[in-house]
Amino acid sequence: MPVLKKKPRVEGEIPTSSMADIAFLLLIFFLVTTTIDVDTGIGMVLPPKLEDDVIPPPIRERNVLKILVNEAGLVLVEDQPSAVQLIRQEVMTHVLNEGVDPRYAESAGKALISIKTSRETPYSAYVNVLDEVWMAYFEMWDSEARALGYLDYKTYVSAITESGAENIIRDKIKAAISIAEPDGT
Amino acid sequence: MAGHFKKKTKTKEEIPTASLPDIIFMLLIFFMVTTVLRETTVQVRTLLPKAEALTKIDQKRLVTYVYIGPKKLEGNRIGETSVQIDDALVEDLGNVRTIMYSKLVEQPRLIVSLKVDETSEMGVVLDIHGELREAGTLRINYSSKREIPS
Repeated sequence: MPVLKKKPRVEGEIPTSSMADIAFLLLIFFLVTTTIDVDTGIGMVLPPKLEDDVIPPPIRERNVLKILVNEAGLVLVEDQPSAVQLIRQEVMTHVLNEGVDPRYAESAGKALISIKTSRETPYSAYVNVLDEVWMAYFEMWDSEARALGYLDYKTYVSAITESGAENIIRDKIKAAISIAEPDGT
Repeated sequence: MAGHFKKKTKTKEEIPTASLPDIIFMLLIFFMVTTVLRETTVQVRTLLPKAEALTKIDQKRLVTYVYIGPKKLEGNRIGETSVQIDDALVEDLGNVRTIMYSKLVEQPRLIVSLKVDETSEMGVVLDIHGELREAGTLRINYSSKREIPS
């Protein structure tokens, strides 16, 4: 009677050495397809709808800086022909006037920028003007923050969100931008 | 006097790779979770304007996109200016307020991101403003790309 030979035991394991490679392939797929596109843009808050019986509070003429953008993208500031590049400086003199020049605003808290377009104004011209106005505010906030001893407005904001203090720069210089309806509508 | 130096015991020089799959899986899961696949097909052309004074919207859940621009037609042609919200073009602009109002009820901190083509005219943008004011969705964002300062 022949002796039954014992079969050599086969290892019953799945090889896991290729696991890393498979995971790498999947990782690369997701890396390539992921688009972390953070949406950037110019933020605005529209004024709430006016109730019919509420009359908006009167605003003194000198506190409003009127910017008009026409169909060709040309700019009028306070009825004077101007250029988009000059708006930033104009807005800053208007807001930081503190009642010195009678043509400009009484105080930074009361200053208002009004942007008026016609219905045919190209959107890009409007965005350029709005961008300049916002940049003027950003520059003013930056210099206010530097006066308080911060590097810029951004570091000031992160500092106050940490401590929970109130944003005194925003209280002092409010970004009051109004988008006026075109005439005849 | 020359001393006899003992040979150091040989230590393994290999970095253990047993945890490599786990690390890779962690990365994989991170990217799988953060990936947002584009769920809407934009039917209008939106070449965004360029601007400097940009703010970022970090919370994507709050954002609703309104696309305004010339309609894309077959063969690279473009049609007249249309407005798209979510997946569908809005034929009657008067419907915008009801769409936006129902979105506002779901998400009270809604931000409306206006993706407007730079060749569009202000008329339609101002109409949308009016509709958004009616709906009460007042936080808006003119989506624009970063301008490279010259």
